[in-house]
Amino acid sequence: MSGFLSDLRSEEKRSLAIGAVIVAVAALLPFFDQGFYLSISVNIMLYAALCTAWSLFSGPTHYVSLATAAFYGLGTYSVGLGIDILPYPVLLLIAASVGAVVAGLVGAMTLRISGVYFVIFTFGLAEFVRQLVTWTQTKFATAMGLYVFTDFMEQHIYWMLLALTAVVFLTGFLINRSRLGFAMTVIGNDETVARHVGIDTARAKIILFMVSGAFIAIAGAITAPRYTYIEPPSAFNPMISFLVVIMALLGGTRRLWGPLVGVIPFTIMMDIISSRFPNHTSIVIGLAFFAIVYLLPDGVTGRLEQLRAKFRARKAGDHAPAIAEKQA
Amino acid sequence: MNILVTGILLSGTYALIALGLTLQYGVARIMNLGNGETLVAACFVAFWLYTGLAINPLLGLLLIAPTAFVINWAIYAVALQPLVKRAKNRGQLESDSILATFGLLFLLQGLMLLAFGGEYRSYTFLAERFDIFGYSYGLNRVVAFVAAAIIAAALWFFLYRTRQGTALRAVAVDPNSANLVAIDVARTAAFAFALGGAVTACGGALLSTFYTFNASMGVVFTMKALIIVIMGGVGDLRGAILAAIILGVSETLVASLIDPGLTMAATYGLFILVLLFRPQGIFGRASS
Amino acid sequence: MSAPVLSVNHARKQFGGLVAVNDVSFEVREGEVIGLIGPNGSGKTTMLNLISGALAPTGGEIRLAGERISGLAAHQIARKGVARTFQLVRVLPSLNAEQNVMAGAVFGHRKLWGHEAQELARSLLDLVGLAGRGQMPVSALTYIDQKRVELARALAADPRVLLLDEWLAGLNPSELQIGIALIEKLGREGRTIIMVEHVMDAIRSLCGRCVVMNTGRKIAEGDVEDVLSDPEVVRAYLGDDDDA
Repeated sequence: MSGFLSDLRSEEKRSLAIGAVIVAVAALLPFFDQGFYLSISVNIMLYAALCTAWSLFSGPTHYVSLATAAFYGLGTYSVGLGIDILPYPVLLLIAASVGAVVAGLVGAMTLRISGVYFVIFTFGLAEFVRQLVTWTQTKFATAMGLYVFTDFMEQHIYWMLLALTAVVFLTGFLINRSRLGFAMTVIGNDETVARHVGIDTARAKIILFMVSGAFIAIAGAITAPRYTYIEPPSAFNPMISFLVVIMALLGGTRRLWGPLVGVIPFTIMMDIISSRFPNHTSIVIGLAFFAIVYLLPDGVTGRLEQLRAKFRARKAGDHAPAIAEKQA
Repeated sequence: MNILVTGILLSGTYALIALGLTLQYGVARIMNLGNGETLVAACFVAFWLYTGLAINPLLGLLLIAPTAFVINWAIYAVALQPLVKRAKNRGQLESDSILATFGLLFLLQGLMLLAFGGEYRSYTFLAERFDIFGYSYGLNRVVAFVAAAIIAAALWFFLYRTRQGTALRAVAVDPNSANLVAIDVARTAAFAFALGGAVTACGGALLSTFYTFNASMGVVFTMKALIIVIMGGVGDLRGAILAAIILGVSETLVASLIDPGLTMAATYGLFILVLLFRPQGIFGRASS
Repeated sequence: MSAPVLSVNHARKQFGGLVAVNDVSFEVREGEVIGLIGPNGSGKTTMLNLISGALAPTGGEIRLAGERISGLAAHQIARKGVARTFQLVRVLPSLNAEQNVMAGAVFGHRKLWGHEAQELARSLLDLVGLAGRGQMPVSALTYIDQKRVELARALAADPRVLLLDEWLAGLNPSELQIGIALIEKLGREGRTIIMVEHVMDAIRSLCGRCVVMNTGRKIAEGDVEDVLSDPEVVRAYLGDDDDA
């Protein structure tokens, strides 16, 4: 590890420094407000973690994963089932493992075949898991839900989610610098070439999906105490999957911090709409999908980078003669 | 035996929605995740026609199918054709169309929720008993099945015995070659998409005669249709029908013998089996 | 007499009713430069695809240094030491030339990373005539330069067998001379190469041996001059204007 810091390029060092400052500042919030702003910040932080973890996989592969609700629910239930039996940190580990294992199974079954199969499988996965969990609950327990009583208050959950988000970012940063990240870049450019230079494309995707699934499950585990009473429909709520997709894609997945750009405004907007126009949430979500496909295919960050590149090219064109078209 | 027949009766409507999706994905190459909403919309229209205007749902089909055809054509032309034109490869079109049809899903569902609310609705139509092999079933289910079978047969006839239908199949196999033999691929794709929507709508209208429906149930049917299409082999009609029957029977089996709350588990169990042992589906062509 | 580094035994590839490769057998010894020629549609590229693992054979087997590779996944075959270029050049558009070449070294049996991989990439770019151009985005390079990058990437894997799929196609006369000189240099260094080519001058000057395919079958094998004067080979090419 000693050579690690010296191997970083200066821009990477700068990014890490900026990230550390932002985390430190964000950690101060609970000292200023313990009511509405903290509450909505917990939501924002939750979706920041979920969307960034989602993008770790769905960004490079361009496969839309709808499994988020399944991993989240499994994480929530890991805490729900074990809260009276095992120490909390162990439960987080269990949640991560369950998320990783399920992701590994789903990935192994679908990613070797095609991306479309993957999307379809994840589409109903949350519903499938929910049915299984509900059935086991009715068979082996008396009530439908689980009570979770902890000493955790809103600010503790906030800090844990903040820490999780920071870890997800750090993981993404490390992956990008690693062989796995390079492999994903090659795969994203040309999967045939990737296979012919020796990349096991299926395995790379599955590993990435497992990392993503583990983090999402941990997020579910961390927020479990917030519910007090956990039941399948809310833990495995499919809307979680759709909202994560929208926010991450609206923000843009080409950058690690792209999804954040989508999370903050969209969480706030959904909060407003679900309280003022509760019957219109579906329509807003539908319009959001249209906006992504037709207006912002690379998200807001992608669009901004496009504009920046155009601006630069125009400036360069003012000073130099037109560059001859290079043959592709 | 009872289970078998109940399952088969149910599979009639499953088959129609799966056939609709097969046309849209197999020919127009659009993975229409909003397909279930067409089904639900048709349920509501049939409901309204019957309870409001006393029009028999079977007659209502004559109104519902063409309307769905036109609306789906419009959806394809306005929302989906631009995606086809700008997609550089098939993978991009697939992910674009998934996102766009998600938009359709939520938009249509949202509109229906606004218009009709979230409550469950049903109506009684031909609710008398009908006996087959000593067991009694709702006459509505039997009639719905027969109607579905007739529609499926008509579709088969169209696809395999007419020029227009053959053009559709050609585009499903290879759009580039179809282009070379003077088939207007864009128009054919739009036609297939519209036809798929009409077939699904028929399924919805028939479903409403015996099934309690609400505005939010479209997603569940889309999921089942997707799995049926994959099980049967993408683009294959016989496969879709056979897979629909397998699904209908398995679901009924699980619901009757194990637990009615495990229908999704049954569906997914089948899906997993297909993925593990025959990913190309029952009638699909194995890719090298 | 060294053992063959690649042996193709009764390889067969069938697509539905079409047999693209029909009972083809040949061997390649270490250090040989073999030409794989034949008219269009004779199955040459399919044959390369079978060797590299892009396609799995329907029948027969292929062995690399005695070890069976037919039926393995492409990435496994690549790691065992088979590298190739493609008929239509496939570079990684979002990366620069150096990174493109590095991709060949990172994932193969060499498993290089960081500075080592970079150094290797630079030296290979020098070798193929792109010295100092490593930082250029590969999408901004000319067609022949992209081909050179692709060749460097294949060499970066230090393959036991190098497959060139019409690497000299589309070059003007001066580029062709440079290209032929480059391959000749690789051959002198002891690289084992199978080249699919239509450019007969290149085949004559580079290849010790030739395998001729037509409609999926092997119709001749041997010395280049002998093969090219074989009446059946001439008949197969009749009507084909194939001068460089």
